[in-house]
Amino acid sequence: MSNQTIAVIDYGMGNLHSVASALEHVAPSTNIIVTSDVSAILSADRVILPGVGAIGDCMAEIRRLGIPDIIQQLNAKNTPLLGICVGMQALMHSSEESGGTPCLDLIGGQVKSFSRNAVFAVSRDESCDSMERLKVPHMGWNQVQHNNAHPMWVNIENNSRFYFVHSYYLDLQDKSAGVGQAHYGIDFTAAVAFKNIFAVQFHPEKSHSNGLQLLKNFVNWQV
Amino acid sequence: MPLAKRIIPCLDVDKGRVVKGVQFVDIRDAGDPVEVAKKYNEQGADEITFLDITASHEGRETTIHTVEKIASQVFIPLTVGGGIRTLNDIRMMLNAGADKVGINSAAVTNPEFVKEAASKFGSQCIVVAIDAKKVSQEGEPLKWEIFTHGGRKPTGLDAIEWAKRMTAYGAGEILLTSMDQDGMKNGFDLALTRAISDAVSVPVIASGGVGNLQHLVDGVKQGGADAVLAASIFHFGEFTVPEAKEYMDKQGVEVRL
Repeated sequence: MSNQTIAVIDYGMGNLHSVASALEHVAPSTNIIVTSDVSAILSADRVILPGVGAIGDCMAEIRRLGIPDIIQQLNAKNTPLLGICVGMQALMHSSEESGGTPCLDLIGGQVKSFSRNAVFAVSRDESCDSMERLKVPHMGWNQVQHNNAHPMWVNIENNSRFYFVHSYYLDLQDKSAGVGQAHYGIDFTAAVAFKNIFAVQFHPEKSHSNGLQLLKNFVNWQV
Repeated sequence: MPLAKRIIPCLDVDKGRVVKGVQFVDIRDAGDPVEVAKKYNEQGADEITFLDITASHEGRETTIHTVEKIASQVFIPLTVGGGIRTLNDIRMMLNAGADKVGINSAAVTNPEFVKEAASKFGSQCIVVAIDAKKVSQEGEPLKWEIFTHGGRKPTGLDAIEWAKRMTAYGAGEILLTSMDQDGMKNGFDLALTRAISDAVSVPVIASGGVGNLQHLVDGVKQGGADAVLAASIFHFGEFTVPEAKEYMDKQGVEVRL
């Protein structure tokens, strides 16, 4: 797998360099490109769809650059695709964020607001006995429980902690696609797997050794 | 499976060296920022905050190179603050590998800047740093005011109202420093931390005054902080990050071990 190319899709949103440098760290012999060029993305062996910020802006850029069509073609070719954070949310049916945003609808799921969830609103922080109300964004290191075995979980212990920062969470239609679950006031999907797609709410590139292991697994993943 | 409280070592960096001032004046050298950041990363720090206290503009290039070096070797979140005044400053720091930027005096001079920054880059990367000092007298209701210029310049802004306003403008997190406690090693200003944490819906990082590990626990349990920041207890080898986490864990605070 040494001479493969991994494309990190650049649609102008967020810190793409940290994804690229984490990949370079775990796969030094791999060619990592950060690009919005259609042919470069389509000829890559693996593709990452990152993303931070508001989903309305992200989707606007994704559509402007023709990324929906690129992703359809990657799916047809069975190219491994890793979605990260808003990059994961963008693959769903729609999001409540930015006044309601239609997304790529590759996976049946709704992206919902923590703050507007009735159970979340009355939940208390269980991290110490002072039982504070929960803050939004959900920011920091939380545990991810493996719901299903997956090659992307190789050498990662069940309930390992990963770094999250998000105000909206994924509510999957078909729960069997959820391979990782986290809890913050409510249970929500932290990782989803569907055919050639693996997508995570957390940031593997910021999750120290567990995150680096996940990226390593992506480099080796045979769909 | 609760979210862990974060422990954040802070690097105050002047002309490419980690320093630590007592009440922002007396400076001690604590090493090369890249080496220091790597050490904390290996120790299991949850994030790293890098505060550029170099006054001159010439120091900017050095800072960007240092941030790039840290970001290419340290795979945990990195916040960079100090001298962030324009959208271009933010873009440069994010491009260099910062995950979040801390905005301090520029928010006071031009509050709309926080709004613009949050709408341009997303709230998740906008940390508003608040330097507050107690201004109420003995026997009066507690009151804190925002100070700039390393605690020398009063602004007339009430700290609680300011924190609420900054959150409404899109700050994704508040880095709260007590200027009375900073460098004193007597613990956080817990009443201030509690007042701000209760007033806003975003995470609050308590900063200023940590002298022992119980202070970290107090910041979380009494102050209601979501994260605790400390510098000198880690820099000068009094405690390691794992020692801090073990202590907090024993006191019933959820941490990432």
